[in-house]
Amino acid sequence: MTRRGVLTAGAAGAVAGGVPVSTSAERREMATMPVRFEVNGKRRELALDPRTTLLDALREHLHLTGTKKGCDHGQCGACTVLVNGVRINSCLSLVVQHQDDKVTTIEGLGTPEKLHPMQAAFVRHDGYQCGYCTPGQICSAVAVLDEIKRGVPSHVQADVTKTARPTNVELRERMSGNICRCGAYSNIAEAMAEVAGAKA
Amino acid sequence: MKFDTPAGTNPIDRMKVVGKPIDRIDGPLKTSGTAPYAYEHHREAPDAAYGYVVGATIAKGRVRSIDLDAARQSPGVIAIVTAAEAGKLGQGNFNTAKLLGGPDVDHYHQALAVVVAETFEQARAAAGLVRIDYARGDGRFDLDKELKTAPLHGGNSDEGSESGPEHRTGKFEAAFDAAPVKLDATYTTPDQSHAMMEPFASIAAWKGDELQLWTSNQMIAWGHSDLAKTLNIPKDKIRFMSPYVGGGFGGKLFLRADAVLAALGAKGAGRPVKLAMQRPLIANNTTHRPATRQRIRIGCEADGTITAIAHESGSGDLPGGEPETAVNQTELLYAGANRLTAMRLAVLDLPEGNAMRAPGEAPGMMALEIAIDEMAEKLGMDPVAFRIKNDTQVDPMKPERRFSERNLIRCLEDGAKRFGWSKRNATPGQMRDGRWLVGMGVAAAFRNHLALTSGARVRLGQDGRVTVETDMTDIGTGSYTIIAQTAAEMMGVPVDRVVVKLGDSSFPRSAGSGGQFGAGSATSGVYAACVTLREAVAQKLGFNATDAVFDDGKVRAGNRSVALADAAREGELVAEDKIEWGDLGKKFQQSTFGAHFVEVGVDAFTGVTRVRRMLAVCAAGRILNPKSARSQVIGAMTMGVGGALMEELAVDKRFGLFINHDLAGYEVPVHADIPHQEVVFLDEADATVSPMKAKGIGELGLCGVGAAVANAIYNATGVRVRDYPITLEKHLDQLPAYA
Repeated sequence: MTRRGVLTAGAAGAVAGGVPVSTSAERREMATMPVRFEVNGKRRELALDPRTTLLDALREHLHLTGTKKGCDHGQCGACTVLVNGVRINSCLSLVVQHQDDKVTTIEGLGTPEKLHPMQAAFVRHDGYQCGYCTPGQICSAVAVLDEIKRGVPSHVQADVTKTARPTNVELRERMSGNICRCGAYSNIAEAMAEVAGAKA
Repeated sequence: MKFDTPAGTNPIDRMKVVGKPIDRIDGPLKTSGTAPYAYEHHREAPDAAYGYVVGATIAKGRVRSIDLDAARQSPGVIAIVTAAEAGKLGQGNFNTAKLLGGPDVDHYHQALAVVVAETFEQARAAAGLVRIDYARGDGRFDLDKELKTAPLHGGNSDEGSESGPEHRTGKFEAAFDAAPVKLDATYTTPDQSHAMMEPFASIAAWKGDELQLWTSNQMIAWGHSDLAKTLNIPKDKIRFMSPYVGGGFGGKLFLRADAVLAALGAKGAGRPVKLAMQRPLIANNTTHRPATRQRIRIGCEADGTITAIAHESGSGDLPGGEPETAVNQTELLYAGANRLTAMRLAVLDLPEGNAMRAPGEAPGMMALEIAIDEMAEKLGMDPVAFRIKNDTQVDPMKPERRFSERNLIRCLEDGAKRFGWSKRNATPGQMRDGRWLVGMGVAAAFRNHLALTSGARVRLGQDGRVTVETDMTDIGTGSYTIIAQTAAEMMGVPVDRVVVKLGDSSFPRSAGSGGQFGAGSATSGVYAACVTLREAVAQKLGFNATDAVFDDGKVRAGNRSVALADAAREGELVAEDKIEWGDLGKKFQQSTFGAHFVEVGVDAFTGVTRVRRMLAVCAAGRILNPKSARSQVIGAMTMGVGGALMEELAVDKRFGLFINHDLAGYEVPVHADIPHQEVVFLDEADATVSPMKAKGIGELGLCGVGAAVANAIYNATGVRVRDYPITLEKHLDQLPAYA
């Protein structure tokens, strides 16, 4: 289906492999904008209300509910996903901004049967309790180790011209945009340290 | 099963599975984003429309008129429900204010309407077009002012903390006057918000007159019956489900507006409705921990013996509300012949005050354990030694009641040794680390044990798998895992042969999650059901139930051994039972104990406090899973740091609302605030509490933490702040000169 085709059909739902998921009559009246991007390695085409955030596109239209809505205001980090390898709060960007982007959500990192090393480390170290902030924490944790590797500086680095080391203070500083009200921080730091060590 | 005599030896004592630090069985789902929370049941309600809440923007008064025209004409709108459309609603037993307000407004952000539309974006846009004309009334928003004339008032937190309006033992005033060393100090704690990460959320789907509700709630049975009462329909017409709960901390003990509005919206729309309370509404729409004003007086002999102790607390709530029971622990924690505790309750028109993690003890211990630190200093005693000197093994107000287990002294001594307490300089303001003023603080931890009736159903399948069904919830506490461990231990199978299904009103009623009663009560209910299932298995296999040993997937007695699965060969075996409690809780004072040790650094230039080290030593009976129990404690310690250093709902006394009502304004600890945390559990098993011999831990971990931080700050700076949270402006101008 062409982009024009999607527009004409006016389908608000996901169009995966050319099959419209939702074509309810009421939704046809809605003004939509198309977006084509890749989510967890799969090509996705959507035509959505332009006010739709990336977060709601993932949760409500692609049914990838692993990415959580905690505040919808960029305050809690529960909606953290990777866009082209960089972490963002998906509640703070509109899905139509993501034409041709590659989005990775928690579901794209691993599955219950085949966990990503960071997911497995969170389980081993009990780096979660209620589990609601957890996908965001894990996406952030994966991104943080990558940022350190890439030499992205942080506030607590003594010398920002040098590559940071994944110390406890460094990891905690970089993770501070992800709130865990259950207070699993100490265990999350241990899970991250284990993964960072294994990589080093 | 009635538990009315202390537990003897039972299969749990083998501790082959129970007591082991196994990974949570729900871990792979939670870490992969595949555990479905309230708003995520797409499969069950594929055609759900979206609800959006309109909250009142006055604290007190009346709605003169609501203009819905523009909202109704907004694209995608299906239905709008206000009090007028909803008709007469009942009020839940656990709700103080109505969940759908109008025309009277009882508090700020009380829900006045729900707008239902095809999409979230449309519902949000239309909600913004609802025009409400108010007649704003005068409200009472100033706690200090209202407490001046507030009456004495007893209360119960619904979570195991209660106290009368005034309790007296001996003659407090005379003993206090006569005491050679005295402390008389006042402490304040602010309103606090649960700020759980998952917003209050529900999906409601009607089929005729039957309602299915997926929601986020700690107490299925309470929410279920209060929803029925609110909607004026029979309970058996509602299925109330909450398999995963994204944090609660007491905020989700009760039915809240999300559930009622989703149900009303779905009725109005004629199709399923999903609704999540917008984050900026949560602090004022839902409940909070009420602020307190606490006066503590302690009189001592010169040798440190407490002769008189008084704890008086005042708090406020909406008309018909309850006090924060902040004096409860002072009736039990320390010895002393002459005692007084009292509570006053002011009527306020702020949002509804109610239980938050360790209601009563959390703010009460924040005050009491500073007072104890202050008294120790007056006496020239080490605060650990002062606490040990005034330990009591009996209820000080009813000395014939002994504590079933009380290892506070061991917690303090063991903690002091592990933490390096001997290195603390008793004179404040003396320890430096570069620009940091360094201090150590200690506080006792105390929280009563409570047990509620709890039921479960256990199935033995033809494949030998054991399935547990109970309406118990897992709010991050580890219920799934400890219930699986309990069933595995009882039936003699590995944990991976157990399936646990929770949070569904079609399952047997359990204790639910609150008051740190969940773990002990719910696993005891599973124990009871497993005892019944074991009898059925034994009978089926021709064993005498009392001789049969369930182990390694087999049942054996004497020389005979049969596979457990054989008992279900002809069909699944099902057993159901519940645990009920006798009067052991009256005969014995059942409580949990601990000691918190904290080291802080206070920046000598800026007054900023950083927590450097934390240790908790806990005595709470048998620990069912040390890994998830430890998480409960570190989480509580983290919340305690929040209470000590940053958490405060700021009251706008002009307009009657909490002004910092989102996660940017209401600050909670983040990664950078929390160092590595140590937790130690003493090896205990309390046979008087349950067949599991386990008590709760989730609230104990919070009680005293704030004071330990406060005491460490005092030790670092020499400035005593008695007004939480201890933000830098409260001591900056008094910090020692930087040498």
